Amino acid sequence: MEPTSPSKNSPFPGPEHQEPQTSVPAAASPWKEAFRQLVKNKLAIVGMIIIGFFILIAIFAPLLTTYTYQSMSAADRLQPPSSTHWFGTDDLGRDIFTRIVYGARISLMVGFFAVIGALVFGSLLGIIAGYFGRWIDMIISRIFDIMLAFPSILLAIAIVAILGPSLQNALIAIAIINIPIFGRLVRSKVISIREEEYILAAKAQGMKSGRILFHHVLPNSTAPIIVQATLGFGTAILEAAALGFLGLGAQPPTPEWGRMLSDSRQYIQSAPWTVLFPGLSIMLVVLGFNMIGDGLRDALDPKMKS
Amino acid sequence: MLAYTIRRLLMLVPVLIGMSLITFSIIHLIPGNPAQTILGEQATPQAIAQLEEQLGLNEPYLIQYFDYVGGLLQGDLGQSLRTNADISREIWPFLAATIELTIFAMVFAVIVGVNAGIVSAWKQNSLFDYTAMLIALIGVSMPIFWLGLMQQWIFAQELGWLPAFGRSNPRDPVETVTNFYLIDTLLSGRPDQFWNSFRHLVLPGLALGTIPMAIIARMTRSSMLEVLRSDYIRTVEAKGIHQMTVVYRHGFKNAVIPVLTVVGLQTGTLLGGAILTETIFSWPGIGRYVFDAIGNRDYPVIQSGILVIATMFVFINLIVDLLYSYIDPRIKY
Repeated sequence: MEPTSPSKNSPFPGPEHQEPQTSVPAAASPWKEAFRQLVKNKLAIVGMIIIGFFILIAIFAPLLTTYTYQSMSAADRLQPPSSTHWFGTDDLGRDIFTRIVYGARISLMVGFFAVIGALVFGSLLGIIAGYFGRWIDMIISRIFDIMLAFPSILLAIAIVAILGPSLQNALIAIAIINIPIFGRLVRSKVISIREEEYILAAKAQGMKSGRILFHHVLPNSTAPIIVQATLGFGTAILEAAALGFLGLGAQPPTPEWGRMLSDSRQYIQSAPWTVLFPGLSIMLVVLGFNMIGDGLRDALDPKMKS
Repeated sequence: MLAYTIRRLLMLVPVLIGMSLITFSIIHLIPGNPAQTILGEQATPQAIAQLEEQLGLNEPYLIQYFDYVGGLLQGDLGQSLRTNADISREIWPFLAATIELTIFAMVFAVIVGVNAGIVSAWKQNSLFDYTAMLIALIGVSMPIFWLGLMQQWIFAQELGWLPAFGRSNPRDPVETVTNFYLIDTLLSGRPDQFWNSFRHLVLPGLALGTIPMAIIARMTRSSMLEVLRSDYIRTVEAKGIHQMTVVYRHGFKNAVIPVLTVVGLQTGTLLGGAILTETIFSWPGIGRYVFDAIGNRDYPVIQSGILVIATMFVFINLIVDLLYSYIDPRIKY
């Protein structure tokens, strides 16, 4: 990781520094600096460990358990956690640990694709609207207003109600509903940046809009985009679980964590482990992404460095 | 400012038209024949034809849309297929239940979230900062339905402190005037019922308010940190003004815009997003009303319920936008 050299805050690390410098142009140094800041952040490291852990169990799921996620056993109904069933069993006698491990695949996939889709479309629209203002802003903001006028989970429910309940349709719905959330946030940030002197200076120098957008406005809007993308990763996973909980996402016997919660909620008093572990898993994964994002924000925003 | 307000109100017209187009389209986006889907596989051709007639599905789209909007302008939200009642009359108690719950949750979220965020930024890297932000992190990461289930299990079922379901005691119904139970119980002079309704609000309100609280706290802190590093804050501090005044009056005023955006977004999200909380706590709100309608394939209720929530949200957004320029005069439109 980070060698504790006295030169670590210098833009020109000493010869003891192990990172290769030759291939990196000078313009990349803020990002390298940011990376150094990131790995110094303990919470971010914890977050990376959590997410790394879940990625590993998602990849190696079949090697971690001797059960399959759909195999039922009437004799083993609602067994408490034990050496044979680490997290106990559910009302159909399925091993909860196995279902959690396979469920990690589903949650990570949904979060990733939903956020990428929403981030790309949302940020682009937000920057354009905020920077150019006038009628472009009016049109884009109205589209955001119309989309945001349908509260997210309700819009997701409506989309799924039309398309039919399935994991794929839930993913599409979640990506769509998150676009305006990124868009509006970026727009409000860009509006305040637009008024800054350095933008005026760039304009006075005759800089083209595209160059101003990507060299000045975008780097200065990164912090809120990243904060929101992090929360967005979390909310996407939460929303997928919510749709699953309402029976509108993944369908049985898919081991989706939200669905597992709703299937087990009637046993909460007699067999609390059936509700405890899926909920904890959702929370941990979301927490992990939030910790990484916080670290990234602190690292990427020069104003926040102490 | 006045010109801007009027312009914004006029700009609402296309938004409302866009929304009505979307809700109008819901029934037409159903794959296959909508009447067939609504009635199920066993439906007779006569029944299908009758329903198509009732919903006006035989008319050209344009005529259907103008009929729909014409009805909306006269306050006609259509009729429920299940109860045959006018939706405009049926919907209010559900809507009021959700608004009451949302206000309760939002008041909790703003008071706790904003103050926790301000103090965390002010005392950056203190024990308070770490604790508050860890709680906020966990709050943001919490599946609301799981939190609700856990609260219900611990505080209602195991400890028996608070009621787990509904809005009031079903054996002692509240005399409804406004359908806001906290107001209605006071109007009918029943402090015992007021206290009971309040107790019913606590668990779903805290569950619903947890995520916005955490988001507001984080946004307030991050926005405040940026502001507190500004030169003018150092100037104010140099003038020897009390720390509290510096932070709350000079600092927060300039940090409030991102916070306001989040509060506005979250309020609207709660109005519709209350559906999970409403499911867990059997709260008879609008989310539940729409969700049950999806189960019953009661499309007029789905359309109108979504449209009503969406219309309210548009007006919340408008107010937030107007507040921007009121709070920060540098923002010109």
